[in-house]
Formats: sequence, C-alpha cells, structure tokens
Amino acid sequence: MPQTASAAEQAPTNRALREFLHGLPGVDEVGARERAAGLATRSVKTTAKAAALDLAVRMVDLTTLEGADTPGKVRALAAKARRPDPDDPSAPSAAAVCVYSDLVGVAVEALRGSGVGVASVATAFPSGRAPLEAKLADTRRAVADGATEIDMVIDRGAFLSGDYRKVHEEITAVKQACGGAHLKVILETGELATLDNVRRASWLAMGAGADFIKTSTGKVAPAATPPVVLVMLEAVRGHRAATGRTVGVKPAGGIRTAKDAVRNLVMVQEVAGPRWLDPALFRIGASSLLNDLLMQRSKLRTGAYAGPDYFTID
Amino acid sequence: MSGTSGTDTDGGRAGDGAAEPAQDQNRARAERKGSRLDGQPLEYAPAPESRSVVRLREAYDPFIDGEFVPAETGEHLTTANPADEEPLAQVALCGEADVDRAVAAARRAFDAVWRELPGAERGKYLFRIARILQERSREIAVLETLDNGKPIKETRDFDVPTAAAHFFYHAGWADKLAFAGMGPDPRPVGVCAQVVPWNFPLLMLAWKIAPALAAGNTVVLKPAETTPLSALLFAEVCQEAGLPPGVVNIVTGDGGTGRTLVEHPGADKVAFTGSTEVGRGIARALAGSGKRLTLELGGKGANIVYDDAALDQAVEGVVNGVFFNQGHVCCAGSRLLVQESVAEEFLERLRARMALLRLGDPLDKNTDIGAVNSAAQLERIRDLAETGRAEGAHAWSPPCPLPERGHWFPPTVFTGVTQAHRVAREEVFGPVLSVLTFRTPEEAVAKANNTPYGLSAGVWTEKGSRMLWTAERLRAGVVWSNTFNKFDPASPFGGYKESGYGREGGRHGLEAYLA
Amino acid sequence: MPEERYDGAWPRVAVRKTHKLYIGGAFPRSESGRSYPVASADGEHLANAGMASRKDARDAVAAARKAFPGWAGRTAYNRGQVLYRVAEMMEGRRAQFAAELAAATGAERAEAEQEVSAAIDRWVYYAGWTDKAAQVLGGTNPVSGPFDNRSAPEPTGVVAVLAPQDAPLLGLVSVLAPVVAMGNTAVLAASESAPLPAVALAEVLATSDLPGGVANVLTGRTAELAPPLAAHADVNALDLAGAGELAADLEEAAAQTLKRVLRPDPAVVWSADPGLSRIRPFLETKTVWHPVGI
Repeated sequence: MPQTASAAEQAPTNRALREFLHGLPGVDEVGARERAAGLATRSVKTTAKAAALDLAVRMVDLTTLEGADTPGKVRALAAKARRPDPDDPSAPSAAAVCVYSDLVGVAVEALRGSGVGVASVATAFPSGRAPLEAKLADTRRAVADGATEIDMVIDRGAFLSGDYRKVHEEITAVKQACGGAHLKVILETGELATLDNVRRASWLAMGAGADFIKTSTGKVAPAATPPVVLVMLEAVRGHRAATGRTVGVKPAGGIRTAKDAVRNLVMVQEVAGPRWLDPALFRIGASSLLNDLLMQRSKLRTGAYAGPDYFTID
Repeated sequence: MSGTSGTDTDGGRAGDGAAEPAQDQNRARAERKGSRLDGQPLEYAPAPESRSVVRLREAYDPFIDGEFVPAETGEHLTTANPADEEPLAQVALCGEADVDRAVAAARRAFDAVWRELPGAERGKYLFRIARILQERSREIAVLETLDNGKPIKETRDFDVPTAAAHFFYHAGWADKLAFAGMGPDPRPVGVCAQVVPWNFPLLMLAWKIAPALAAGNTVVLKPAETTPLSALLFAEVCQEAGLPPGVVNIVTGDGGTGRTLVEHPGADKVAFTGSTEVGRGIARALAGSGKRLTLELGGKGANIVYDDAALDQAVEGVVNGVFFNQGHVCCAGSRLLVQESVAEEFLERLRARMALLRLGDPLDKNTDIGAVNSAAQLERIRDLAETGRAEGAHAWSPPCPLPERGHWFPPTVFTGVTQAHRVAREEVFGPVLSVLTFRTPEEAVAKANNTPYGLSAGVWTEKGSRMLWTAERLRAGVVWSNTFNKFDPASPFGGYKESGYGREGGRHGLEAYLA
Repeated sequence: MPEERYDGAWPRVAVRKTHKLYIGGAFPRSESGRSYPVASADGEHLANAGMASRKDARDAVAAARKAFPGWAGRTAYNRGQVLYRVAEMMEGRRAQFAAELAAATGAERAEAEQEVSAAIDRWVYYAGWTDKAAQVLGGTNPVSGPFDNRSAPEPTGVVAVLAPQDAPLLGLVSVLAPVVAMGNTAVLAASESAPLPAVALAEVLATSDLPGGVANVLTGRTAELAPPLAAHADVNALDLAGAGELAADLEEAAAQTLKRVLRPDPAVVWSADPGLSRIRPFLETKTVWHPVGI
C-alpha cells in the first residue's frame, strides 16, 4: 500500500481502500494450511534448538490481561520477565511485559533499567467497542505513564462491514497518540474468519502506520494459528518489498509450548526471512510459554527432562 | 550442467518479494547496530533418522509361491544407496525359469485358492497387509529412502502411509465387486504381470497389487532394477499376513526380466508403470496376444498460473509440482505456464522459494530434495539441462552445495523457454522446471495441450468459472486446480494420449482387473 | 434397377447414384480417382464404390480432428438430439436401406427390414446415452483431505473405426454411433465387400444436423486404409471390429502412439444389447481436484 503514517491526515477513501485490499492476491486456505503444516515438520534439534529457545525467550511479551490483575501480580510478572530463570543467569530476559493501561505505571517502575519493554493494551481492549475519543485517551495515558509499546485492537465490526476507512483512521489517530511508542495493531484474526481478510487487515494496518501487526487479543479462539501467522508473515514480507518499510509480527494466544514457539520461528525464517528473527520484528504474546521454553533450555543444558516445580509461577 | 553450486546465467536473483536467502542477511546484519545475533538465519542442525530400524540382508532371493527361493540363474545385481553410492544388498537377477516358476505359482494360487475365496475373506488379507504396513512404517520408510534416495520426509509422510491406504481402500472392494460397474457378476482376469518403476517403489507396488488382489487376481510383480528392496520387504509382509502362497510373487531383475514377465504366455493381464518408450514396446509386443494391458507412462505436465491466482500458494504448488521427489514424478508439473502480467513477480517469488529448498542427506528430516536415483538418470537430466542451455534458455539454480558422493542435481529453473525447446517438450524426470508465458486463457490451454503426453495439469486462479473452463479443456487425466501432486486411493489416476491408458485408483482402477 | 415406362413410349433411364466418400461433410470422389465394383451377395454387379486412398484417409483424419473440439464441446443433450435426428432420417429411408441390405447380404426382404429397424433403434439407444454415460461412469471420489474430487469421462478424440465386414448396416451403426455419441469424431472404413449401406448412411448423416467432419466414411480396401489409420499420429483410438486378420498388425502399429485399441470380438452378436461396452473404450477419465476452504 502506498500509504505511510505521515499520510494520516489524508485518509484514503473507502473505495480506494477496498480496491487496493481486494486487489491483493487471494489466499487459498487449504494451500496455506498445507504450507504451515509442512513447515511444522522441520526438525530443530541440538544447537539449532538452543539458539531458537533463547531467541524465543527474548521475543516473549509476557502478558497478563485479566480483570483480576493487581499491582502485585504485575510486579511479579515484571520480575519474571527481567530474570525468567533465577537459577540460570544465562537465560535472557523477555522482550516486554504486556498489561492493561492502568497498570503501566507499576510495570514501568518494576522494570526500570532492565531493558525490558512495557507494552500496554489500549483502545477498549479487547472488543474495541468504544468511541475514538476514549480510545485515544486510553492510549495517551498509557504512553504518558511510560509505556514503550501500545497494543491496540482494530474495530472488527467496521472492518467486516467494509468500513476500511474507519479502521484506517483509528489506526492513524492512535499512531499519532503513541508519539514515540511502538504501535502493535491487533487484528483479532479469530473474528475475521478468512485468511483473505487476515491478509487485507494486515495490509490495512501496515498502510495506516502499524509498527507491528498482531494476531489476537488472546480472548477469542482461534488465535495465533499457524496459517494466520503464515499469512501475516507473507504480508510483512510483501509490504517491505513494496514500500521498503519493515513491519513486525506478533502472534499472541495459543502458543503455549516451546515446540509451538520454535515452529513459529521456522515460519518466520522460511516465510518472511531471517531478517525477522529479531525481537525488534517478531514477538510472541504469551504467559505460560515462557516456563516451557525454560524447561526445554534446561533439558538441553542438563540432558534431563525438567519438572514444572523447578520453574517459578507468578 | 556442472551441478556443483548455484548458477545464475540470466542475472536473476531472489527479490525482496519473498523470504531472503541467508547471504543477503549477512549483509543486512552487518549494517544493523547491536551485537546480538538477531536477524541471522537459524541453521538447522543435522536431524538424521536412524538406520538401525532396518536390518538389511546381504542377499535377497526372489519371492515365489510364498517363499524366498534362490533364482535359477544364480546371478545377482547390486542395489546401492544413491546418496553415497554404497552397496546395500545383492538381489537376484531372475531369468526365464524363475519367471516361469512365479507365473506357474500365481496360476496355481489363482485356480486353487484366490478366485474361490469369498470376497470378504480376500479383503481381510488386504486389511491385514494395510495394518502391517502401518505397523512397520518407520522401517519401510527408512529402507525406501536408503534404496531410492528420496527424502525421509516423503517416504515417512507420503509413500508409506499412502501405500497402506491403498490396501485399506481396496480391501473393502473385495466383497463389493458387483458394484464396480462391470456388471452384476464380474470375474477376475487371472494372473497379472506387473512391472513398477523406481520413483515410488512401494507405492507403485501398492497401486498395482491392491486392486489386482481385491478383484481376485494373483500377481507376479517385478520391482525396478535399482529399487527392489521395499518390494522384497513387502514379500515379508505377505508372509506375515498369512497370504496364501503364490498369490503374490516378486521377481527381481533388470529390464530383461521385466520383458520376460510381460511377454510370458501365462500372464492374462499386464500392468506397467514407467517410461513411454518402454510402454510402447510392451504394447507392441502384446499386440495380437489378447492380453489385457494398462500403461501408466510419462508426462510433461503444465502448471497454468493465471494473474489472479493466490500467488503464494501457487508458488508452493509449482515448487511441490516439480521438486517433489526430485522431480522423479511422471505427473510432475515440469512446465510452468505463467500469465505474462504476473510472470516477473511470480518468478521472483519462485526463485526465493527455491532458495529455501534443502538438498542433501535423504535421511535428514529437514531434507527437501534427495538424491537422484541412479547415475544413469542423473546423466539423462544433465543431458537435457545441457541441451536447454545450448538451445538458448537461461538456467538458474539457487546456491546449493552438492554432496561429493552420490547422484545429485540442484533444483533448476529454465526461463526464456519456448515450446520448441527440448527441455519444454521432453520428460526430464528430474528437478528441472521450464517456464513459459502466455497472454490469454486460450493460449495457455493451447500450449498446455501441445504435447504428445496427457497425464497431469495444474490450473491456478481464484475465479471459479475460469478454473472450470480451463480444466474442461486440458487434455490430461488428472487436473489439479489450486493444488498439485495430490493422490488418493479413491481417486483415479492415469493419462491421455502417450501417457498411457487405464486408470489406477478408485472404482475406475478396478476395471482393469475385472472381466 | 427396375426400369419404368415413361410416357408410355420409351423405357425411362434411371438416374444412378455415384457412390462417393464422405469427408468433412462433403462427398468427394477419391483423390486417387479410383473405384471398385461392388457385387451383390449372389454376384450381380451393383455399383462402383469409391476406392479411398491413404491420402483420403489422411484428409478424413484432418476433417475429424477439425470437427472434434466443436462436437465434444456440444452439450450432451444436443448430441443426443442430433443422434436422434439421424434415426429420424434413417426411418424416412427405410426402403432404400432394406433394399441395399438385401442386395448386399442376400437376406430376405423381411429380414433386411428387421435389421434396418434394429439399426435405427440403435441410434435412438445411443441418443439416450449421451447425457447419461457421464453420470454412470463418473462421480465424486471421497478423498481423505479437504478436496473436491471428481472423475468424469471425456471423449478420447479422433477414432478410426473399421466397420464389421459381414454386418454392413447393423454392425456399421453399432460401431459408429457409440463413438460419436460421446463426442468423439470418427473416420470409418466401411465393409469392403458391402460398402453401399455405409454410403447411404453417410447421406443420412449429411442431412441430420451432424456437423461435417464428425463422421467420415471411406469405402475401399480395408487392407489399404487400415494401416495408415492405425499408424496416424493424430488418431487417438482404433476400433478393430472389421480388421479380420489384420488385427494384430494394426494393434502393433497403434502402439507407436499408444492408441486406445478395441480388439475384435469374434463372438460378437450385433443384435445384442451393447450396454456401455462400445462407449467405454473411447472415453478418457479426467479427474479434477480442487481445495475446499474459505
């Protein structure tokens, strides 16, 4: 899409957006599933596995997004992100913690000096059903409190009704409200129903200025399924080829095991390209995944299978 | 073609429209600040499947009348691993006397047991065979990879499970033959002489033996000279299943053995899969004999990509269409016909995708392209590729170091090809793709059909009516639309024109084995 | 030919028919300029029939090839109507066919008429098959994956048909009708000794909405016409019904381009219900896969 964030003021018309988005090559669902399944048979062992596990740890956006979240819970999560395996200093830190906007301040405080980012969901997460003013206020507040990354949701209702312009405008407005913070745009692919829509929503978000495109809120199933991630990786690859701008990808929801994470990295490598094998361009939104990654690290290091009681749960 | 590393004679390189090869990444990494290994390719460590599940014998006898009995010729052939040229085993070079014995055993079994057995009971033997193939799948997959050179990924996920599925599918037909469309009381044909090729040794055996047995025939099968081992293992499976002696007989040997078998007066039906040249000879030799004959021969499949195709899946389909099994596939989509308006973009994506193909140790679970089955086949591929260059087409292969030992050929794409080039007309039977362009659907169909072959074709478009229009006009026995190289026991397979006659699979496949 | 009185004075001189070939919808003489005498069963000279040459056979194949896409592309319903039209046209010329048949075979008139009826009914039979064979022979294949998978029969292309030597009308129709019913086009070599019913049939075909080139009728020496047809690279299939002792050699020649060959059946009974036995050999099964997804 020939749009960049700087063009936000002149949002394209619905018609122009539709023509562009519907002119993208289609996605054959069965073919996409087959490709993802084929890549899932890659065998990543020994040294490759060690490298992949460490990279995956460094890509984790350690997430808590519950109504029951408290400052104490967020501080515990921050400690885990900073030092995932207290018994193993070689274990790297996670990429960021991801919290609701009202708890950004707590997280920032707990992570000061750690290099671990603070991501905040915003814009009436997870439904996205709120007036734009409220979404922007949510965003500004989170950024003001020190969030380095904003995970916004798109208005799926607008998208599905064909009001691409509305989605586009919201993204550009939130992007502006982000200031220096990185914007991850959650497509909520589980509600978009088709891979064609996933591709279109990806391009719409990238054109409106997203720094990352993210699969899901984690509140809707299915979430980050392999074919969805595949299509989004194809989208960022194509977008870079077309515009020169590199957008990141964040699967979130449903990635619970080290095996799932490694399969995602294989997809990153073989679909988007190794350039994206970088926490700056690929994140995994997860909570329980981190301990499984650590257990697998431990297995590689010691040769013995690890037990869950030897890894902290926060 | 020198076949040592990546070649690029027409200046093509992987574009940004697709995953970038590792080389570009090194440069990109150097430009990036920071010392972490970010953005560096993840090098898959070797992941070899263990050979220990396979216990090779030093020498194998043919399987006749339920037993492994020494060949009367006393002569042997050596079968080797094409990936390292190490000999694997000695197998008998069967001669006339051995074929005589096998055909006689099949005749006795046909008359005395198999044709008389109620269909339901025959079926149970086939079910047993299907189950044993599943139980021993790992062993068979490794053996097949050793003998053939194809990647373990394919033997494990395709050859062996599909072979088992063929027995399972046909088992159920054995007591339902009245519904096969050949009248209320169809009869078996008799003794079937079957000759299978080296590209899918076990699977082709399954395609031949399963319908024959289900219909009440008995068989003498000759596996290919260079890939006899899985057929001999199958003979063990028959023993394990308690199959009555003589129902299945396996004679090993060379082309001469095959000729003796198909021309044997005791055979009622001949089924052959292999080259059109040999098929022609068989048809000639059998003229006037009254023997039934089915032939599954060569192809030069066209894969038509329209400008509205789902391009990423089309790239996958084209890659799968011609590089699956090193291109040793009679129905390979070895001609890419891409609409001019998207040709450049498509080829860019295609090259980038080809750069991801991993060629090497067939037993490595991450290997996409294995070894070429034999030195002779490699020579043939090289010859045709060389001709392609000499005729002015541009060859491109991704950077792809080839192992020092064994028979290898890198995935190669020829551009600047026209219908007049030999590489676009002759079956290469290797990982070589010829790219032609077209402007209109009529032109695409005309070019696709402009071949004496007619086995397979592909069509890629998101528009349903255009897909059906195209599929209707393609003169090929199998048309894959928005997919390629799919096989199923329930789906008839076979060609038009010089790709042979008769169908294998499904209800249609039974027709060849029923009178 | 019985001569009639004309105007009570001079016997009328009958207008005799020149028996020509039927190629591409036209009635040419053999390019060779040759003809051969045709005699009745009891040895009486009936007419001179065109003696087609190899080149005529070649022209007939070219005409059949040209007609193939259009004919195969007709709807099955339309082909059925055209075949039925052939029956209608034959019905109108029963007397001529019965007379020619009686002359050719020496059959009693009643017997000949019965065979004419059977021949007409055979066109009707195949007219009914055109839009049913695909349902009977094709279908959906339940493959184990998210794919729509169907097999349907298609015509194989140009079929060279050697009509039976000793069943000059019912045998002739029995081999020609199933070939063209399913969309193939035919080059037919008529019974060598009794070619006149074939010429009459060609005249019926020419007036029956059957597009030119769909059925081409050659008269002449089977031994001269059959080998070039069997070896012709643009012929897809061969019906050897009338091949006699040539059958094995022709089958061998056909192997060069892997033609589909229907071998002669010495036990054939032309009056029996043929079912699909002569349809199936000239069909190809095409299987089409398509993914099923959203």
